[in-house]
Amino acid sequence: MMDPFVTFCLRMGDNALILAQRTGEWCGHAPALEEDIAFANMGLDLIGQTQLWLKLGGEAEGKGRSADDLAFLRTERQFTNCQLVEQPNVDFAHALMRQYLFDAWHLPMLDGLTQSSDERVRAVSAKVIKEVRYHIDRSRDLVIGLGDGTDESRARMQGALDELWPFTADLLASDEIDDDLTARGVIPDPAPVIEAFNAETAATFAAATLTVPHTGLTRTGGRNGIHTEHMGFILAEMQYLQRTYPGVSW
Amino acid sequence: MQASLDTVWTWLGEIPDPEIPVISLADLGIIRAVGYDDDKLVVTVTPTYSGCPATSIIALDIETELLKRGAQKVEIRQQLSPAWTTDWISREGREKLRAFGIAPPAMAAANCAGMLKAQNVTCPHCGSEDTENISPRGSTPCKAQFRCRSCMEPFDYFKAI
Ligand SMILES: [Zn+2]
Repeated sequence: MMDPFVTFCLRMGDNALILAQRTGEWCGHAPALEEDIAFANMGLDLIGQTQLWLKLGGEAEGKGRSADDLAFLRTERQFTNCQLVEQPNVDFAHALMRQYLFDAWHLPMLDGLTQSSDERVRAVSAKVIKEVRYHIDRSRDLVIGLGDGTDESRARMQGALDELWPFTADLLASDEIDDDLTARGVIPDPAPVIEAFNAETAATFAAATLTVPHTGLTRTGGRNGIHTEHMGFILAEMQYLQRTYPGVSW
Repeated sequence: MQASLDTVWTWLGEIPDPEIPVISLADLGIIRAVGYDDDKLVVTVTPTYSGCPATSIIALDIETELLKRGAQKVEIRQQLSPAWTTDWISREGREKLRAFGIAPPAMAAANCAGMLKAQNVTCPHCGSEDTENISPRGSTPCKAQFRCRSCMEPFDYFKAI
Protein backbone atom coordinates (compact mmCIF):
# COMPACT_ATOMS: atom_id res chain seq x y z
CA MET A 1 0.00 0.00 0.00
CA MET A 2 1.26 3.46 -0.90
CA ASP A 3 1.57 5.99 1.88
CA PRO A 4 -2.07 6.88 2.62
CA PHE A 5 -1.48 10.58 3.22
CA VAL A 6 0.55 11.04 0.04
CA THR A 7 -2.07 9.11 -1.95
CA PHE A 8 -4.82 11.31 -0.56
CA CYS A 9 -2.97 14.50 -1.56
CA LEU A 10 -2.34 13.14 -5.05
CA ARG A 11 -5.99 12.15 -5.45
CA MET A 12 -7.16 15.64 -4.49
CA GLY A 13 -4.52 17.32 -6.66
CA ASP A 14 -5.02 15.04 -9.67
CA ASN A 15 -8.79 15.63 -9.64
CA ALA A 16 -8.21 19.38 -9.75
CA LEU A 17 -5.43 19.13 -12.34
CA ILE A 18 -7.26 16.95 -14.86
CA LEU A 19 -10.52 18.87 -14.50
CA ALA A 20 -8.55 22.09 -15.02
CA GLN A 21 -7.13 20.66 -18.27
CA ARG A 22 -10.61 19.82 -19.51
CA THR A 23 -12.00 23.15 -18.37
CA GLY A 24 -9.16 25.02 -20.05
CA GLU A 25 -10.11 23.44 -23.39
CA TRP A 26 -13.11 25.79 -23.45
CA CYS A 27 -10.91 28.87 -23.58
CA GLY A 28 -11.95 30.59 -26.81
CA HIS A 29 -14.64 27.99 -27.58
CA ALA A 30 -17.48 28.43 -25.09
CA PRO A 31 -20.95 29.32 -26.43
CA ALA A 32 -20.99 32.78 -24.79
CA LEU A 33 -18.20 35.15 -23.78
CA GLU A 34 -19.26 35.09 -20.11
CA GLU A 35 -19.09 31.29 -20.03
CA ASP A 36 -15.77 31.28 -21.83
CA ILE A 37 -14.39 33.56 -19.13
CA ALA A 38 -16.07 31.56 -16.38
CA PHE A 39 -14.60 28.23 -17.49
CA ALA A 40 -11.14 29.73 -17.94
CA ASN A 41 -11.30 31.35 -14.51
CA MET A 42 -12.45 28.16 -12.84
CA GLY A 43 -9.64 26.29 -14.55
CA LEU A 44 -7.27 28.81 -13.00
CA ASP A 45 -8.72 28.20 -9.52
CA LEU A 46 -8.31 24.47 -10.07
CA ILE A 47 -4.68 24.84 -11.17
CA GLY A 48 -4.01 26.81 -7.98
CA GLN A 49 -5.68 24.10 -5.93
CA THR A 50 -3.60 21.48 -7.75
CA GLN A 51 -0.43 23.30 -6.75
CA LEU A 52 -1.48 23.32 -3.09
CA TRP A 53 -2.35 19.61 -2.93
CA LEU A 54 0.55 18.31 -5.03
CA LYS A 55 3.02 20.47 -3.13
CA LEU A 56 1.73 19.01 0.12
CA GLY A 57 1.87 15.48 -1.34
CA GLY A 58 5.43 15.99 -2.54
CA GLU A 59 6.55 17.35 0.82
CA ALA A 60 4.89 14.48 2.70
CA GLU A 61 6.49 11.95 0.37
CA GLY A 62 9.90 13.42 1.15
CA LYS A 63 11.59 12.48 -2.12
CA GLY A 64 12.05 16.04 -3.25
CA ARG A 65 9.32 15.96 -5.89
CA SER A 66 7.74 19.36 -6.56
CA ALA A 67 4.15 19.95 -7.66
CA ASP A 68 5.47 20.39 -11.22
CA ASP A 69 7.42 17.10 -11.08
CA LEU A 70 4.27 15.30 -9.98
CA ALA A 71 2.12 16.91 -12.66
CA PHE A 72 4.48 16.56 -15.59
CA LEU A 73 6.62 13.50 -14.90
CA ARG A 74 4.16 10.80 -13.89
CA THR A 75 2.62 8.27 -16.25
CA GLU A 76 -1.06 7.49 -16.73
CA ARG A 77 -1.19 4.61 -14.23
CA GLN A 78 0.32 6.90 -11.57
CA PHE A 79 -2.49 9.45 -11.83
CA THR A 80 -5.17 8.97 -9.20
CA ASN A 81 -7.94 11.32 -10.37
CA CYS A 82 -11.45 9.93 -10.60
CA GLN A 83 -12.61 8.93 -14.08
CA LEU A 84 -15.33 11.59 -14.08
CA VAL A 85 -12.97 14.54 -14.50
CA GLU A 86 -11.16 13.04 -17.52
CA GLN A 87 -14.37 12.59 -19.54
CA PRO A 88 -14.32 14.70 -22.72
CA ASN A 89 -16.15 17.99 -23.12
CA VAL A 90 -18.40 16.74 -25.99
CA ASP A 91 -20.66 19.80 -25.69
CA PHE A 92 -21.40 22.52 -23.16
CA ALA A 93 -23.97 20.28 -21.43
CA HIS A 94 -21.41 17.54 -20.79
CA ALA A 95 -18.79 19.98 -19.52
CA LEU A 96 -21.29 21.64 -17.24
CA MET A 97 -22.74 18.39 -15.90
CA ARG A 98 -19.24 17.04 -15.23
CA GLN A 99 -18.41 20.22 -13.35
CA TYR A 100 -21.63 20.16 -11.35
CA LEU A 101 -21.28 16.48 -10.32
CA PHE A 102 -17.70 17.15 -9.28
CA ASP A 103 -18.67 20.29 -7.32
CA ALA A 104 -21.50 18.41 -5.60
CA TRP A 105 -18.90 16.03 -4.14
CA HIS A 106 -16.05 18.53 -3.78
CA LEU A 107 -17.91 20.94 -1.51
CA PRO A 108 -19.00 18.48 1.22
CA MET A 109 -15.62 16.73 1.00
CA LEU A 110 -13.80 20.03 1.61
CA ASP A 111 -16.26 20.90 4.32
CA GLY A 112 -15.23 17.71 6.12
CA LEU A 113 -11.55 18.37 5.42
CA THR A 114 -11.69 21.78 7.13
CA GLN A 115 -12.17 19.72 10.34
CA SER A 116 -9.16 17.49 9.60
CA SER A 117 -6.82 16.40 12.39
CA ASP A 118 -3.97 17.47 10.10
CA GLU A 119 -3.18 21.17 10.26
CA ARG A 120 -1.86 21.34 6.67
CA VAL A 121 -5.02 19.75 5.30
CA ARG A 122 -7.14 22.22 7.28
CA ALA A 123 -5.16 25.16 5.85
CA VAL A 124 -5.46 24.01 2.21
CA SER A 125 -9.13 23.05 2.42
CA ALA A 126 -10.14 26.26 4.23
CA LYS A 127 -8.58 28.16 1.33
CA VAL A 128 -10.00 25.99 -1.44
CA ILE A 129 -13.57 25.72 -0.12
CA LYS A 130 -14.11 29.49 -0.52
CA GLU A 131 -13.47 29.14 -4.24
CA VAL A 132 -15.51 25.97 -4.62
CA ARG A 133 -18.59 27.62 -3.09
CA TYR A 134 -18.56 29.94 -6.11
CA HIS A 135 -17.99 27.01 -8.48
CA ILE A 136 -21.10 25.15 -7.41
CA ASP A 137 -23.12 28.35 -7.21
CA ARG A 138 -22.56 28.76 -10.94
CA SER A 139 -22.74 25.13 -12.06
CA ARG A 140 -25.95 24.47 -10.09
CA ASP A 141 -27.67 27.56 -11.53
CA LEU A 142 -26.75 26.59 -15.08
CA VAL A 143 -27.77 22.93 -14.64
CA ILE A 144 -31.18 24.10 -13.42
CA GLY A 145 -31.52 26.79 -16.08
CA LEU A 146 -30.57 24.54 -18.99
CA GLY A 147 -32.33 21.44 -17.61
CA ASP A 148 -35.57 23.32 -17.12
CA GLY A 149 -34.95 25.17 -20.39
CA THR A 150 -35.74 24.58 -24.05
CA ASP A 151 -36.44 21.13 -25.50
CA GLU A 152 -32.96 21.00 -26.92
CA SER A 153 -31.12 22.21 -23.82
CA ARG A 154 -33.09 19.80 -21.66
CA ALA A 155 -32.37 16.86 -23.99
CA ARG A 156 -28.67 17.68 -23.99
CA MET A 157 -28.50 18.01 -20.20
CA GLN A 158 -30.35 14.73 -19.74
CA GLY A 159 -28.01 13.06 -22.24
CA ALA A 160 -24.99 14.35 -20.34
CA LEU A 161 -26.41 13.17 -17.02
CA ASP A 162 -27.17 9.68 -18.44
CA GLU A 163 -23.63 9.38 -19.70
CA LEU A 164 -21.78 10.82 -16.72
CA TRP A 165 -23.81 9.51 -13.78
CA PRO A 166 -22.10 6.05 -13.74
CA PHE A 167 -18.79 7.84 -13.13
CA THR A 168 -20.02 9.33 -9.86
CA ALA A 169 -19.32 5.90 -8.32
CA ASP A 170 -15.62 6.64 -8.73
CA LEU A 171 -16.05 10.05 -7.12
CA LEU A 172 -17.74 8.54 -4.06
CA ALA A 173 -15.61 5.38 -3.82
CA SER A 174 -13.44 4.63 -0.82
CA ASP A 175 -10.87 1.96 -0.03
CA GLU A 176 -8.50 0.91 2.77
CA ILE A 177 -6.43 4.07 2.23
CA ASP A 178 -9.48 6.19 3.01
CA ASP A 179 -10.42 3.96 5.95
CA ASP A 180 -6.98 4.47 7.45
CA LEU A 181 -7.14 8.26 7.04
CA THR A 182 -10.71 8.42 8.34
CA ALA A 183 -9.70 6.46 11.42
CA ARG A 184 -6.96 9.02 12.09
CA GLY A 185 -9.36 11.92 11.50
CA VAL A 186 -7.38 13.22 8.52
CA ILE A 187 -10.32 12.91 6.13
CA PRO A 188 -14.06 12.83 6.89
CA ASP A 189 -16.15 9.70 7.20
CA PRO A 190 -17.45 9.01 3.66
CA ALA A 191 -21.08 8.51 4.74
CA PRO A 192 -22.02 12.16 5.41
CA VAL A 193 -20.17 13.25 2.26
CA ILE A 194 -22.21 10.79 0.17
CA GLU A 195 -25.37 11.87 1.96
CA ALA A 196 -24.67 15.54 1.17
CA PHE A 197 -23.90 14.64 -2.47
CA ASN A 198 -27.18 12.74 -2.76
CA ALA A 199 -29.22 15.54 -1.18
CA GLU A 200 -27.55 18.21 -3.33
CA THR A 201 -28.01 16.35 -6.61
CA ALA A 202 -31.57 15.21 -5.84
CA ALA A 203 -32.74 18.78 -5.15
CA THR A 204 -30.95 20.22 -8.18
CA PHE A 205 -32.11 17.57 -10.65
CA ALA A 206 -35.69 17.90 -9.40
CA ALA A 207 -35.53 21.67 -10.02
CA ALA A 208 -33.87 21.02 -13.39
CA THR A 209 -36.57 18.46 -14.37
CA LEU A 210 -33.81 15.92 -15.02
CA THR A 211 -33.94 12.24 -14.08
CA VAL A 212 -31.05 10.31 -12.64
CA PRO A 213 -30.66 7.14 -14.72
CA HIS A 214 -31.36 3.85 -12.97
CA THR A 215 -28.96 1.81 -15.02
CA GLY A 216 -27.04 0.46 -12.05
CA LEU A 217 -23.90 0.94 -14.11
CA THR A 218 -20.86 2.04 -12.21
CA ARG A 219 -17.38 2.96 -13.36
CA THR A 220 -14.54 3.00 -10.86
CA GLY A 221 -10.77 2.63 -10.77
CA GLY A 222 -9.44 6.11 -11.46
CA ARG A 223 -8.38 6.59 -7.87
CA ASN A 224 -6.11 3.55 -8.25
CA GLY A 225 -4.71 4.54 -11.63
CA ILE A 226 -7.16 2.72 -13.89
CA HIS A 227 -8.37 5.27 -16.42
CA THR A 228 -10.64 5.52 -19.42
CA GLU A 229 -9.26 5.80 -22.95
CA HIS A 230 -9.38 9.60 -22.78
CA MET A 231 -6.73 9.98 -20.11
CA GLY A 232 -3.69 9.27 -22.28
CA PHE A 233 -4.62 12.04 -24.70
CA ILE A 234 -4.91 14.58 -21.89
CA LEU A 235 -1.45 13.68 -20.59
CA ALA A 236 0.04 13.65 -24.09
CA GLU A 237 -0.99 17.27 -24.50
CA MET A 238 -0.36 18.41 -20.92
CA GLN A 239 3.08 16.80 -20.62
CA TYR A 240 4.26 17.43 -24.18
CA LEU A 241 6.83 20.07 -23.34
CA GLN A 242 8.50 18.21 -20.46
CA ARG A 243 8.59 14.97 -22.43
CA THR A 244 10.01 16.56 -25.56
CA TYR A 245 12.52 18.80 -23.77
CA PRO A 246 13.16 17.09 -20.39
CA GLY A 247 14.05 19.56 -17.65
CA VAL A 248 13.35 22.63 -19.78
CA SER A 249 12.54 25.78 -17.81
CA TRP A 250 12.27 29.51 -18.34
CA MET B 1 20.98 50.99 9.15
CA GLN B 2 17.80 48.94 9.09
CA ALA B 3 14.59 50.73 8.15
CA SER B 4 11.97 50.63 10.89
CA LEU B 5 9.04 48.27 10.42
CA ASP B 6 6.70 51.27 10.23
CA THR B 7 8.75 52.58 7.33
CA VAL B 8 8.62 49.17 5.62
CA TRP B 9 4.81 49.14 5.96
CA THR B 10 4.71 52.59 4.37
CA TRP B 11 6.76 51.27 1.44
CA LEU B 12 4.46 48.28 1.07
CA GLY B 13 1.54 50.70 1.00
CA GLU B 14 3.07 52.24 -2.10
CA ILE B 15 3.42 49.03 -4.12
CA PRO B 16 0.45 48.69 -6.48
CA ASP B 17 -1.46 45.46 -6.96
CA PRO B 18 -0.33 44.20 -10.40
CA GLU B 19 -3.87 43.53 -11.62
CA ILE B 20 -5.76 46.42 -10.00
CA PRO B 21 -3.02 49.06 -9.68
CA VAL B 22 -5.26 51.64 -8.01
CA ILE B 23 -4.94 49.75 -4.73
CA SER B 24 -1.74 48.85 -2.93
CA LEU B 25 -0.66 45.47 -1.62
CA ALA B 26 -1.16 46.81 1.92
CA ASP B 27 -4.72 47.93 1.00
CA LEU B 28 -5.45 44.44 -0.31
CA GLY B 29 -4.74 42.94 3.12
CA ILE B 30 -2.47 40.19 1.82
CA ILE B 31 0.61 41.23 3.82
CA ARG B 32 0.30 39.30 7.05
CA ALA B 33 3.53 40.20 8.79
CA VAL B 34 6.76 42.14 8.41
CA GLY B 35 9.80 41.48 10.56
CA TYR B 36 13.56 41.08 10.68
CA ASP B 37 15.36 37.76 10.90
CA ASP B 38 18.89 39.07 11.69
CA ASP B 39 19.70 41.31 8.75
CA LYS B 40 17.02 39.77 6.55
CA LEU B 41 13.70 41.52 6.05
CA VAL B 42 10.95 38.88 6.06
CA VAL B 43 7.59 39.70 4.49
CA THR B 44 4.81 37.16 4.99
CA VAL B 45 2.21 37.16 2.24
CA THR B 46 -1.00 35.19 1.83
CA PRO B 47 -2.41 34.44 -1.64
CA THR B 48 -5.77 35.91 -2.71
CA TYR B 49 -7.12 33.12 -4.92
CA SER B 50 -5.06 29.93 -4.93
CA GLY B 51 -4.68 30.16 -8.71
CA CYS B 52 -4.23 33.90 -8.98
CA PRO B 53 -1.49 34.47 -11.58
CA ALA B 54 -0.55 37.69 -9.79
CA THR B 55 0.78 35.80 -6.74
CA SER B 56 4.30 35.27 -8.08
CA ILE B 57 4.38 38.78 -9.60
CA ILE B 58 3.43 40.20 -6.21
CA ALA B 59 6.31 38.39 -4.49
CA LEU B 60 8.70 39.66 -7.15
CA ASP B 61 7.37 43.23 -6.90
CA ILE B 62 7.80 43.28 -3.11
CA GLU B 63 11.33 41.97 -3.27
CA THR B 64 12.34 44.37 -6.05
CA GLU B 65 10.81 47.40 -4.34
CA LEU B 66 12.26 46.69 -0.88
CA LEU B 67 15.75 46.08 -2.28
CA LYS B 68 15.47 49.32 -4.25
CA ARG B 69 14.52 51.17 -1.06
CA GLY B 70 17.67 49.94 0.65
CA ALA B 71 16.80 46.65 2.33
CA GLN B 72 19.89 44.39 2.33
CA LYS B 73 18.19 40.99 2.11
CA VAL B 74 14.53 40.20 1.54
CA GLU B 75 12.67 36.95 1.98
CA ILE B 76 9.03 36.45 0.98
CA ARG B 77 7.22 33.77 2.96
CA GLN B 78 3.89 32.33 1.86
CA GLN B 79 1.30 31.72 4.54
CA LEU B 80 -1.93 29.90 3.70
CA SER B 81 -3.76 30.00 7.00
CA PRO B 82 -5.87 31.87 7.97
CA ALA B 83 -7.16 32.06 4.41
CA TRP B 84 -7.39 35.53 2.89
CA THR B 85 -10.80 37.15 2.88
CA THR B 86 -11.97 40.29 1.08
CA ASP B 87 -12.97 41.59 4.52
CA TRP B 88 -9.25 42.38 4.95
CA ILE B 89 -9.30 44.97 2.15
CA SER B 90 -8.83 48.31 3.92
CA ARG B 91 -11.45 51.07 4.00
CA GLU B 92 -9.14 53.22 1.86
CA GLY B 93 -8.74 50.31 -0.56
CA ARG B 94 -12.51 49.97 -0.89
CA GLU B 95 -12.87 53.68 -1.65
CA LYS B 96 -10.10 53.49 -4.27
CA LEU B 97 -11.82 50.52 -5.93
CA ARG B 98 -15.13 52.38 -6.07
CA ALA B 99 -13.50 55.51 -7.52
CA PHE B 100 -11.86 53.29 -10.16
CA GLY B 101 -15.26 51.87 -11.17
CA ILE B 102 -15.08 48.49 -9.39
CA ALA B 103 -17.78 47.87 -6.79
CA PRO B 104 -15.98 46.81 -3.56
CA PRO B 105 -16.83 43.45 -1.93
CA ALA B 106 -19.67 43.24 0.59
CA MET B 107 -18.43 42.74 4.15
CA ALA B 108 -18.84 39.43 6.00
CA ALA B 109 -20.50 37.92 2.93
CA ALA B 110 -17.84 35.41 1.93
CA ASN B 111 -19.48 32.19 2.98
CA CYS B 112 -23.10 33.26 3.14
CA ALA B 113 -25.89 31.06 1.81
CA GLY B 114 -26.95 32.26 -1.63
CA MET B 115 -23.42 33.46 -2.46
CA LEU B 116 -23.53 36.20 -5.13
CA LYS B 117 -27.32 36.53 -5.00
CA ALA B 118 -27.15 37.45 -1.33
CA GLN B 119 -24.50 40.15 -1.75
CA ASN B 120 -25.88 43.68 -1.98
CA VAL B 121 -24.00 45.33 -4.79
CA THR B 122 -24.05 49.11 -5.17
CA CYS B 123 -23.27 50.74 -8.53
CA PRO B 124 -19.82 52.39 -8.29
CA HIS B 125 -20.90 55.03 -10.83
CA CYS B 126 -24.17 56.39 -9.45
CA GLY B 127 -24.57 54.70 -6.06
CA SER B 128 -27.84 52.96 -6.97
CA GLU B 129 -28.59 49.65 -5.27
CA ASP B 130 -30.76 48.56 -8.20
CA THR B 131 -28.15 46.35 -9.88
CA GLU B 132 -28.19 42.93 -11.54
CA ASN B 133 -25.64 40.18 -12.03
CA ILE B 134 -24.74 39.48 -15.67
CA SER B 135 -22.15 36.77 -15.04
CA PRO B 136 -20.66 35.27 -11.88
CA ARG B 137 -17.20 35.65 -13.39
CA GLY B 138 -15.47 38.75 -14.67
CA SER B 139 -12.15 39.73 -16.21
CA THR B 140 -10.38 37.92 -13.35
CA PRO B 141 -11.58 35.11 -11.02
CA CYS B 142 -12.04 37.62 -8.21
CA LYS B 143 -14.67 39.66 -10.05
CA ALA B 144 -18.22 39.26 -11.33
CA GLN B 145 -19.96 41.29 -14.03
CA PHE B 146 -22.89 43.47 -13.03
CA ARG B 147 -25.15 46.06 -14.65
CA CYS B 148 -26.81 49.05 -13.01
CA ARG B 149 -30.53 49.36 -13.71
CA SER B 150 -30.50 53.07 -12.79
CA CYS B 151 -27.66 54.49 -14.89
CA MET B 152 -27.53 51.42 -17.20
CA GLU B 153 -23.73 51.19 -16.93
CA PRO B 154 -22.02 47.79 -16.68
CA PHE B 155 -19.35 47.36 -14.01
CA ASP B 156 -17.14 44.83 -12.24
CA TYR B 157 -17.90 43.68 -8.73
CA PHE B 158 -15.09 42.41 -6.51
CA LYS B 159 -16.72 39.27 -5.07
CA ALA B 160 -16.68 38.66 -1.35
CA ILE B 161 -14.54 35.61 -0.57
ZN1 LIG C 1 -25.45 53.20 -11.69
